[in-house]
Amino acid sequence: MEKELWKGNEAIAEAAIRAGCDCFFGYPITPQSEVPEYMSVHLPQHGGVFVQSESEVAAINMVYGAAGSGMRAMTSSSSPGISLKQEGISYIAGAELPCVIVNCMRGGPGLGTIQPGQGDYYQATRGGGNGDYRTLVLAPSNVQETVDFVQEAFDIADQYRNPVMIVCDGLIGQMMEPIEWHPIPKRKLPPKDWAATGRKSREHNNIINSLYMAPEDCDRHNHHLAEKYAAMAKNETRWQEHQCQDAEIVITAYGTPARIALTALEALRAEGVKVGLFRPVTLWPFPERALHNLAAASHVKAFLDVEMSSSGQMLDDVRLAVEGQKPIHYLGHAGGVMPTVEEMVDAAKAALKEVK
Amino acid sequence: MAIVYEKSKGLTDAELHYCPGCNHGIIHKLVAESLVELGLLDDAIGVCPVGCSVFAYNYFNCDMQEAAHGRAPAVATGIKRTHPSQAVFTYQGDGDLASIGAAEIVHAAMRGEKFTTIFVNNAIYGMTGGQMAPTTLIGQKATTCQSGRTVEQAGMPIRIAEMLSTLDGCVYAERVCVTDIANINKAKRAIKKAFEKQMNREGFTFIEVLSTCPTNWGMTPLKAIDWLKNNMIPYYPLGVIKETALKQAEVK
Repeated sequence: MEKELWKGNEAIAEAAIRAGCDCFFGYPITPQSEVPEYMSVHLPQHGGVFVQSESEVAAINMVYGAAGSGMRAMTSSSSPGISLKQEGISYIAGAELPCVIVNCMRGGPGLGTIQPGQGDYYQATRGGGNGDYRTLVLAPSNVQETVDFVQEAFDIADQYRNPVMIVCDGLIGQMMEPIEWHPIPKRKLPPKDWAATGRKSREHNNIINSLYMAPEDCDRHNHHLAEKYAAMAKNETRWQEHQCQDAEIVITAYGTPARIALTALEALRAEGVKVGLFRPVTLWPFPERALHNLAAASHVKAFLDVEMSSSGQMLDDVRLAVEGQKPIHYLGHAGGVMPTVEEMVDAAKAALKEVK
Repeated sequence: MAIVYEKSKGLTDAELHYCPGCNHGIIHKLVAESLVELGLLDDAIGVCPVGCSVFAYNYFNCDMQEAAHGRAPAVATGIKRTHPSQAVFTYQGDGDLASIGAAEIVHAAMRGEKFTTIFVNNAIYGMTGGQMAPTTLIGQKATTCQSGRTVEQAGMPIRIAEMLSTLDGCVYAERVCVTDIANINKAKRAIKKAFEKQMNREGFTFIEVLSTCPTNWGMTPLKAIDWLKNNMIPYYPLGVIKETALKQAEVK
């Protein structure tokens, strides 16, 4: 297959169009503005709808409207803008609508910086808005994966009637890389017979809603959602292990730091250090069981969690999975500074020294 | 026996939850009758707000979507842009539209979104128990301005229909009330015209309906009607505020 050179953000938009995205609603924010820019030109050429909204709040509510009327709807933003979308994401999850949301993460809190960051892990994996809900979160670590995940995300969203979020960072969004346009494995998708499209000859009205006034009804709805999330956790959890078979020190990282860690692995292995990488690909559902089992292996002495976050956010999930079986060390930078190969090498050696 | 009056097929059989004397029931009826008479009911998608009319999705006999507080115009934009031949409307109160959803309504009107907004202005937050709205009149008492709204504290009330009329994308804005038969008939004509203009793809259409809230105004329904006539209409004058076909802006 031929390789093509694509910039991350433009590739996200093109991938969505190829996945049959019907409509895109977005608002400019660095470092993701190439997504709406590309969509504004190319989506209408494919018969789709592009609207530049007045705010991220409006954009996600346009997504809610379009998704409620059965469309494949998408929005993208970066950290502060994703914060503004949380209200809408909660409603979309509550009303059980499919949609795709891309967060091209930057440093925070507040305005933070426009450089890459991973400080939105909690927000992405703990719901983010009000109420008991989850979004499925895919974390690519290069442009190829981003393109594949965006296309798959529409199907996953339709299958579970749930928002799917792609979290990449400013680096992936802004970087150009050679990619291939793989065919995406087809899923059997349920018909959208629930959509509010105008009743036509249907006997009943379709109502899109997240309001359940009777406490028993709201309780029942939440239990139904919980069952759905359990099914998603069972079927959709993804992770990668690199050279973990004999690893004494295991680096845990996702997205860009996971990619940097691969180079650290080479450097450490060249020095004879038995190092591996455990990389969650879905941040929610987190590959808890797989990491727990890895921690139980006798060859594993310690973990080193690496994130673009000051004190670690995924670190909490790593701890919950490892359950105290092995010590966990942390290396992190936030606000646009990325952890280097040298830092990872030094931190891995130091962590290993402590247990030997 | 001849049937002289029937409940509109545009309404479901659900029992309305509105307080005695509240005008929402009449306004619902007018919207429902308009959709039926224009043959739009089976193509209609309504968006309801957060506020007293939050359960409107149970009352209108068409597909409905419940929006977050104030976001109905954005939700309707997402629907109408992807379903341009359907009849799309939002039904919103003054807290929803004029306060928390001010940005969404202004920009929907600016873009000339081809849906219809029914704006029910009763100068108070009803569902949450009578707090001050952006449309609460000077001197009017509410639970968050218990001695009456003052200009110093809250500024002058907002005239949304007039404000939206300054936008080229808004092709039709009329203010009506439903205090008596003559005004109910006028309100119905206005609502029908708004839907017709929507289906002609002229632009954004907006009907502001002045409405009573006997419960939170602390009045009998009849007194509330008098209060609306004597206090609201002088500040929120009735009639067509704007009617024009959307023209392409000249680029110089």
